[in-house]
Amino acid sequence: MAAPSKILLLDDDDQMLELYQELLKQLPSHPDVQVCNTGARAIAMLESEPFTLLITDLRMPKMDGLQVLAIVRRKFPQLRIVVLTGVLDEEYRSRAYAQGVEMFWQKPGTAEDIKLFQDCMESMLGRAHESQDGFRGVQSKSLVDLIQLECLSRSSSLLHITRGGLHGKIWVQSGEIIDAATGNITGEEAFKEILSWKGGNFEILPADPLRARTINNSYQGLLLDSAQALDEYKGPPPATHPDAPGQAPADHPSNLAALGGFEGVSFVLSIPPDDKAAVDSWSLENAQGVALWARDTHRRLAKIGESLHAGELTGAAGFGLAEHWALKPYEQKGLLCVGFRPAMQAEEVEQTMNHVFDKWAS
Amino acid sequence: MGFLTKLTPKSGLHRLPSGSFTVDPYGEVVSSTVPQWVPEAQIREIGQQILGVFKAAAAAHLQFSEIKVQYAAFKITARQMRGGAIIFLSPRTLQAISLT
Repeated sequence: MAAPSKILLLDDDDQMLELYQELLKQLPSHPDVQVCNTGARAIAMLESEPFTLLITDLRMPKMDGLQVLAIVRRKFPQLRIVVLTGVLDEEYRSRAYAQGVEMFWQKPGTAEDIKLFQDCMESMLGRAHESQDGFRGVQSKSLVDLIQLECLSRSSSLLHITRGGLHGKIWVQSGEIIDAATGNITGEEAFKEILSWKGGNFEILPADPLRARTINNSYQGLLLDSAQALDEYKGPPPATHPDAPGQAPADHPSNLAALGGFEGVSFVLSIPPDDKAAVDSWSLENAQGVALWARDTHRRLAKIGESLHAGELTGAAGFGLAEHWALKPYEQKGLLCVGFRPAMQAEEVEQTMNHVFDKWAS
Repeated sequence: MGFLTKLTPKSGLHRLPSGSFTVDPYGEVVSSTVPQWVPEAQIREIGQQILGVFKAAAAAHLQFSEIKVQYAAFKITARQMRGGAIIFLSPRTLQAISLT
């Protein structure tokens, strides 16, 4: 007997998660339905175990659904994705389809809609089991390939390219590159700058026919000039944002994922002793912000310990309704901050933290 | 005895305070069961540092209402209360250390 399909449901609204989890569990194939309420958590779960289908909302705080789609499509090209949203915006819809989603669903409002939604999901899970072959997504396509493809097919589109926190746009009109922009620069200079980026994500957005033409060179000429410029000048590496949504850049996956496998762990943050060194994190949005807080907290608590002659600070833990955390210092490696699910008891947090810490320190 | 006093180091042992106190949102001590030999300024300083931890956590989008801090010989438990906090100070006895 085949193992049940696995569905990952992502929504920032806990009530919606509960409702749709229940609806999906009622499907005839009885899939295993898991839920999460942040994009970073979803990506961490997808990294830790295989899923058949991802169902995601679009409007979420911090990392929104489109950002999640961009990362997921690149990292898990075989994963089937369904957007389930209350947003009825045509641009959102086209951007989601451009990211390779299978279906774009408005959140069902009536019993008939719900039945239709369930039927569609069941059918999709069936198809997923029938065939794993074929090409999906747009993984590992170079920017030059992409531009040539758009120009050769005489398309009109807007290419939106991102690399960490860098954003670039290239306007293509009837197979001709008419303008480009990144940061404060535009035109050919911006085009060359974007082409110098070694990797990232892209979206093909609807064309902007009103965009004024500033580039008159042919696309072949532009690509040739850019290639020559890159050969002649090997400048500094482009800026990366280690704390960009999705955490560590895709080509440097976090090595903390193994620590995330401990029961109840919701995030892991490794903070080196040097304030200027980059932090490493797993399943945590706003890693830099939390790292700043952890360093500040460690300083404050160590100061209290000194004033009381209480001995070395061995650790601290916080308990809340939404999440627990624990913090432990280690001289050589800095600080380890770990998040825990709220269902865990204080003793369980302490025990698990000790296991995670031992593994991290070793 | 004068000879012995000269040989005995003055800063060898410290008494660790035990008890609890509450601070308002501004870090002022409202009530306390901590022994009087502990300087009030020191109590206020602990309260302000703990409040600082809670406030900085909110800025980093970490939400929690209770913190437990472990030192080699001491334990602090603090619970947030309407912007202020109640803070428990408890020295770790040899018996407690052997249990943990």
